[in-house]
Amino acid sequence: MSIHKQIVTDMVNNNIEFITTVPCKQLGGVIEEAENHSSIMHVPCNKEDEGMGLCAGAFMGGKRSAIIMQNTALGVTLNSLATLIQFYHIPLPMLISYRGELGEPVACQVEMALHTKALLNQMLIPTYHFHKREDAAELDKILKYTFMCNKPVAILTDATFWKGE
Amino acid sequence: MTMIRSEVLKSLIPVISDQFVVCNIGLPSQELHLLDDQPTNFYMLGTMGLSSSIGLGLALAQKQTIIAIDGDGSVLTNLGTLPTIGNNVADNYILLIIDNGSYGSTGDQPTYAGKKTSLTKVAEACGCDNVIECKAEDTAQVMKDAIASKKMTVIVCKCESGNIPVPNITMDQVVIRDRFMKALEAANA
Repeated sequence: MSIHKQIVTDMVNNNIEFITTVPCKQLGGVIEEAENHSSIMHVPCNKEDEGMGLCAGAFMGGKRSAIIMQNTALGVTLNSLATLIQFYHIPLPMLISYRGELGEPVACQVEMALHTKALLNQMLIPTYHFHKREDAAELDKILKYTFMCNKPVAILTDATFWKGE
Repeated sequence: MTMIRSEVLKSLIPVISDQFVVCNIGLPSQELHLLDDQPTNFYMLGTMGLSSSIGLGLALAQKQTIIAIDGDGSVLTNLGTLPTIGNNVADNYILLIIDNGSYGSTGDQPTYAGKKTSLTKVAEACGCDNVIECKAEDTAQVMKDAIASKKMTVIVCKCESGNIPVPNITMDQVVIRDRFMKALEAANA
């Protein structure tokens, strides 16, 4: 099974039925799997804070939801995370492409990578970092944890992870 | 006849009291709470701009009609919502934009929607099929028709800017969410 299919399968097995995404090269395979999976409603959004509104609504409508996004967008979501997702106790898995790590070809991406974990830490968001392919074995437990505690949870996935090194 | 937002909301109560409503941050939620508090109302206590997005997510996830009450300033701050709405048609979704041409909750500073920008035309250009611009006094009837039509509808209600004194909502936010979700679940059962 491809890593993309494995990730989406873990999401489906945890009853996630609504996924919103912003495009990303590294996450392209997962987004395609989500789009093609019959039990997932995939609604692309134009900005990540908008996506968090969609996810909050879907959750309140009875569908577990998740957002797929890049770490560069973390800044625009901070208010939505604090005043909507955290304030109203809404569970939200955030599968995040961790641009700007080892293997990154674009210098500018490093700048937000330097702030990514610090911001997540400041926001008291439980954060997991997939660096080796075998790290993804924890995804099922991470999702169960997210829906147990009704919090946003970040899963950072870096270039080394996606290359399968 | 000129009406301000609180008067528009008051005129809507007989039509939306038994409907599921997501209400925008600040004065709109405080006014709705004062006029007609219901478990079927979800009050946003923060997060300017996301009422339409929360409403769309709700509509896509289940069968009950969802009315998202938003403002012109809030839609402008999350303008990307309109293409998402236009391209993900949920016939149980009604977006009511109360367009008073001002940021009411922050002191009635003018918005661009009160100047050259037409949110009606923006919504149409974004792919929303049923966009109805109406006068404030016609809003209740337009809403009634939209609910009956069972077609996704965007209503742009043109009204005057102005506010009435209203108390803050002190109900716990998790209680607001929980009672809303329970009412929705019961309606879908």
